[in-house]
Amino acid sequence: MHLDHRETYPPRHTSRLRDDGTRRALRVGLGGPVGSGKTATVAALCATLRDRLSIAVVTNDIYTREDAEFLLRNAVLPAERITAVETGACPHTAIRDDISANLEAVEELERTTGPLDLILVESGGDNLTATFSSGLVDAQIFVIDVAAGDDIPRKGGPGITAADLLVVNKTDLAPHVGSDLEAMARDAKAQRGDLPVAFTSLRAPDGVRPVADWVGERLAAWRAVA
Amino acid sequence: MTAAALLLLADGRFPAGAHAHSGGAEEAVRAGRITGPETLAAFCRGRLHTAGLTAAALAAAACAGAVPPGALDAAADARTPSPALRATARRLGRQLLRAARATWPAPELDAVARDHPGGLHQPVVLGLAARAAGLAPRDAALAAAYESVGGPTTATVRLLGLDPFDATAVTARLAGDLDRVADLATAAADDAAARGTDALPAASAPLLDIAAEAHAARPVRLFAS
Repeated sequence: MHLDHRETYPPRHTSRLRDDGTRRALRVGLGGPVGSGKTATVAALCATLRDRLSIAVVTNDIYTREDAEFLLRNAVLPAERITAVETGACPHTAIRDDISANLEAVEELERTTGPLDLILVESGGDNLTATFSSGLVDAQIFVIDVAAGDDIPRKGGPGITAADLLVVNKTDLAPHVGSDLEAMARDAKAQRGDLPVAFTSLRAPDGVRPVADWVGERLAAWRAVA
Repeated sequence: MTAAALLLLADGRFPAGAHAHSGGAEEAVRAGRITGPETLAAFCRGRLHTAGLTAAALAAAACAGAVPPGALDAAADARTPSPALRATARRLGRQLLRAARATWPAPELDAVARDHPGGLHQPVVLGLAARAAGLAPRDAALAAAYESVGGPTTATVRLLGLDPFDATAVTARLAGDLDRVADLATAAADDAAARGTDALPAASAPLLDIAAEAHAARPVRLFAS
């Protein structure tokens, strides 16, 4: 039996480089509860960034191809750039514990439509504990919304506390559902320290801008590393 | 050491993509053929002695190493009439190969990845992974046999809300069958070393094949197969 040297686990199976030695696409995961606006955020990001970046999307629908079809219907990307992965009733398993199908999907997208700059991996709607494996994505966004309750940032959980970007979506609904945005910002700060939080309303013109800017920064940092 | 490697390889938590597949259970549940522990047991027994035996023999032969992986893959193709199941088997084979290469690095596994970019049938890769882990052909057969009933059982717990204790008892009561299938499969793999892949069992369950095609065409489903 051959085993790797005790101290080293060569990352050859989730490599950061393409076969030709260039840096592969940045992989960004989007997770969060059902209905918080993950798919809408992905669609808006694609529409905003697709003119200057080569993008593909992997969706992890829970039991249909609804999310993939939403993206297709809204024509944010050509069909060959959108892949739906099936998750066997466990969306968090497919992005965290056993990332096989998602890894294969992102690599297949790179192979068939690449070279790509950015691959967005959208999780199926899940709970506050669902986070992405670092073997699958390079950075992750957790999307919640004001209408699900302004106490969610206070409740915390791995998605809220550890995501590289927390998006609080549907701010336009705050006055109608009695959500206190300042309290949400304060609680998020307490949970996350210096990690960024973006408040968005995708109904507003260019409402996804804070998220798109953050993705742009991540991409610049990704490319800057030799 | 080898006993522990077998536990690892057969563990449902081994990250090789199997969790998204029901082994035909989702379609059987939808058709009303699996409704509780008794019907789950019947389904599993049927799958074990047909598709399970065939998979176990392929895994044992791959682990033994006397027949080249490509020839075993062709034999698996010939024993899998459903195009949907052939695609699923290769997909799971690719995913298992990735996990196996990371877990038990071996030049032989690297060569398979290089020579078969489209993937090999999962039981063939399972046998090669077992070999890289230092396991014997019967271990590989047992892992394949166990997987042929473990997948549908876990899926049924999720699909029907079946009592997990009942579901686990179903698997436990199949233990004797699992051992017998592993013995048969290992003997067949021995034969195949001398007589070629025609010596491998070709037990199949037509309803599993038909149901797999129906399942693959459904727009709404929880499991990939």
